[in-house]
Amino acid sequence: MTIDPERRNRPALELYVPEPHARPGDEPDFSHIIIPAAGSVPRPDIAAQPGEMKDLAYTLVRVLDEGGQAVGPWDPRLHPDTLRRMLRDMMLVRVYDDRMYRAQRQGKTSFYMKSTGEEAIAVAAGHALEREDMTFPTYRQQGLLVARGYPLAQMMCQVYSNRGDKLKGRQLPVMYSDKAHGFFSISGNLATQFPQAVGWAMASAIKGDSRIAAAYIGDGSTAEGDFHAAVTFAGVYRAPVILNIVNNQWAISTFSGIAGGELTTFAARAIGYGIAGLRVDGNDALAVYAATRWAADRARSNLGPTLIELFTYRVEGHSTSDDPSAYRPKSAGSNWPLGDPVARLKQHLVVLGEWDDERHQQLSDELEAEVRAAQREAEKLGTLVTSSIEFPQDVRTMFEDVFEEMPWHLREQQTQMVDELEAKRK
Amino acid sequence: MTVMNMIQAINSAQNVMMERDGNVVALGEDVGYFGGVFRATEGLQRKYGKSRVFDTPISENGIVATAIGMAAYGLRPVAEIQFADYIYPGFDQLVSEAARMRYRTAGEWFLPLTIRSPYGGGIFGGQTHSQSPEALFAHVAGLKTVIPSNPYDAKGLLIAAIEDNDPVLFFEPKRIYNGPFDGFFDRPVTPWAKHPKAEVPEGHYTVPLGKAAVVREGEQITVIAYGTMVHVALATIEAQGIDAEVIDLRTILPVDIDTIEASVKKTGRCVVVHEATRTGGLGAELSALIQERCFYHLEAPVGRATGFDTPYPHSLEWAYFPGPIRLGTAIKKALED
Ligand SMILES: Cc1ncc(C[n+]2csc(CCOP(=O)(O)OP(=O)(O)O)c2C)c(N)n1
Ligand SMILES: [Mg+2]
Repeated sequence: MTIDPERRNRPALELYVPEPHARPGDEPDFSHIIIPAAGSVPRPDIAAQPGEMKDLAYTLVRVLDEGGQAVGPWDPRLHPDTLRRMLRDMMLVRVYDDRMYRAQRQGKTSFYMKSTGEEAIAVAAGHALEREDMTFPTYRQQGLLVARGYPLAQMMCQVYSNRGDKLKGRQLPVMYSDKAHGFFSISGNLATQFPQAVGWAMASAIKGDSRIAAAYIGDGSTAEGDFHAAVTFAGVYRAPVILNIVNNQWAISTFSGIAGGELTTFAARAIGYGIAGLRVDGNDALAVYAATRWAADRARSNLGPTLIELFTYRVEGHSTSDDPSAYRPKSAGSNWPLGDPVARLKQHLVVLGEWDDERHQQLSDELEAEVRAAQREAEKLGTLVTSSIEFPQDVRTMFEDVFEEMPWHLREQQTQMVDELEAKRK
Repeated sequence: MTVMNMIQAINSAQNVMMERDGNVVALGEDVGYFGGVFRATEGLQRKYGKSRVFDTPISENGIVATAIGMAAYGLRPVAEIQFADYIYPGFDQLVSEAARMRYRTAGEWFLPLTIRSPYGGGIFGGQTHSQSPEALFAHVAGLKTVIPSNPYDAKGLLIAAIEDNDPVLFFEPKRIYNGPFDGFFDRPVTPWAKHPKAEVPEGHYTVPLGKAAVVREGEQITVIAYGTMVHVALATIEAQGIDAEVIDLRTILPVDIDTIEASVKKTGRCVVVHEATRTGGLGAELSALIQERCFYHLEAPVGRATGFDTPYPHSLEWAYFPGPIRLGTAIKKALED
């Protein structure tokens, strides 16, 4: 034991800094992760008090077992058509992500973020929620748009910041927004959407509406003060909101231990605020569906908010700007013990006798073709131009929407810019 | 002397200070094992250990607040805010606490604290990776704000900031991390290696806070710039064939009024250029200072070439960026008036 050099009778304090189990060069190590058997977690009545279900924050709600059977009280007993639609949407997200990632590498846009391994989280929730419910996503829930049938070509136009981009090229790729599809504008500033979702849900309650809100936040982002604001307000006003924490265990290069993930579960934060908390296998589409439905039913019945930790793994890099081999073992993603959400749902359908390899291949080919066709359509409207002033958008639009009406100084600056560009073209 | 780019110089400054002073610690999102998303703290954790260089939770509020606590203890924390666009959750701690601690305790408590943060556009980062919020901080009584424009100054100023006994915001123009981008986006950027200011001493030295640099002497007009805009200014006047004097402010607050005054009294004309939005920006303050002090020497109104008063747009970046045309137009106008 070291001793405080100034106060000789006392031990020296030392700072503890959490460190992940494996770094580059090590074998991926997930031995610390406890995985309860599928079907082993009880499903309380939606009217149960948060205090009666604290255990649910420390376990893992799982429906699909290792053999692909749906087991236990959380099985949502979905029709095979619904299962197939969910599978299709998850596969579509993956194909779309791969295409757009490649488009960035080809210099067609500045940036991209994939959701590989996390497709079940957005897609299953998209199917479990009502179409009119409002979602407040992060940049990794493109699956919500896909599940709600948003046109792929329009998503691509946003990624390309091109003529077809309804956001007029103003936002970084993947920062979609679409009111009609219940998809709130994505912010680059982490966590801001979490309390905003609570406010939307409070408004719905103020007006006697029946729609609820679903918010998303990453494990790393729960450290922001906005997280505290969200859960406090949600609890106090029993806001009709589902507060989802997507624990993919990484925040760029920082593992979830730096967000407090070593101390307790993320779901357990619900307990301190006195609200319901669930911890769910995020790679199990049926478990995500069932948990979302349970929380939605609570919210719709004026029983208050639910905090759901969706336990998953960020299989790929944080974004196109990131190389995860600099901070974690290369094969970490493929060793994640909860498996691949697409493969697991596929296996389930096969076990049910509702799917086979041939149909899977056929669907996969169809989706490839669909995405490629959408890409052709989107690219007709241009791709991001980074070294020219021949922009896809009318440059004057830059000054629109700062306010509802353009004040004099913006009108003046608009004229100045147009003159400038003309000078440059000469 | 070693040739360094901006990142290497900023890394070196922290390395030199951590070596010399056991009270210097570095913290921030991804700064530990990984060494920061721009690699400005690369290798420091390996060298100085996890209790002096560490990752923080994603809480800019927490980063600033705990850095204040560490500084109150007597450490000299160097906290990284990953992008200046993400500093706002820490704004209350900076404005209400860090800025006023010395004042409200009549000097009993003071905070030798440095906040480093990449700022500015030109990288197609959209509205949340491009902002220039320096004027928000210059407006607050009790915060120093520093912005380097080259590797030599970056290292010397950062060491001075760390050694300073008051809170210093150190904004790093990320567009010039790897080379002195001059606003001609359709030309390749020459790497720092070709620039005289990339010759950086390996050891300890300082560039004093509060001192501007006259980076080019001239007679016709004074161009006041900082950060990336210093290179834009030099390239613009070269393209125009104008004998301008270019001042690199280096410290935004306290500003080096003597250098500005002497130059403007000599040339009689002045343009201020910054990437930040125009209204309430540094240009407004400098323009006021100049008319207060140099009014009878002025041959023309003080001009401004700035970012527009809109959020930073993603795809229209080059229409937004105050490049050679915008600055050139402002210079031309100031010369003709
Ligand atoms: C306020 C704020 N701080 C920092 C960042 C930079 N940043 C972008 S994503 C990210 C990591 C987020 O991790 P997590 O919340 O776990 O979400 P994930 O990327 O894993 O989905 C960081 C630090 C930011 N965008 N906003
Ligand atoms: Mg994460």
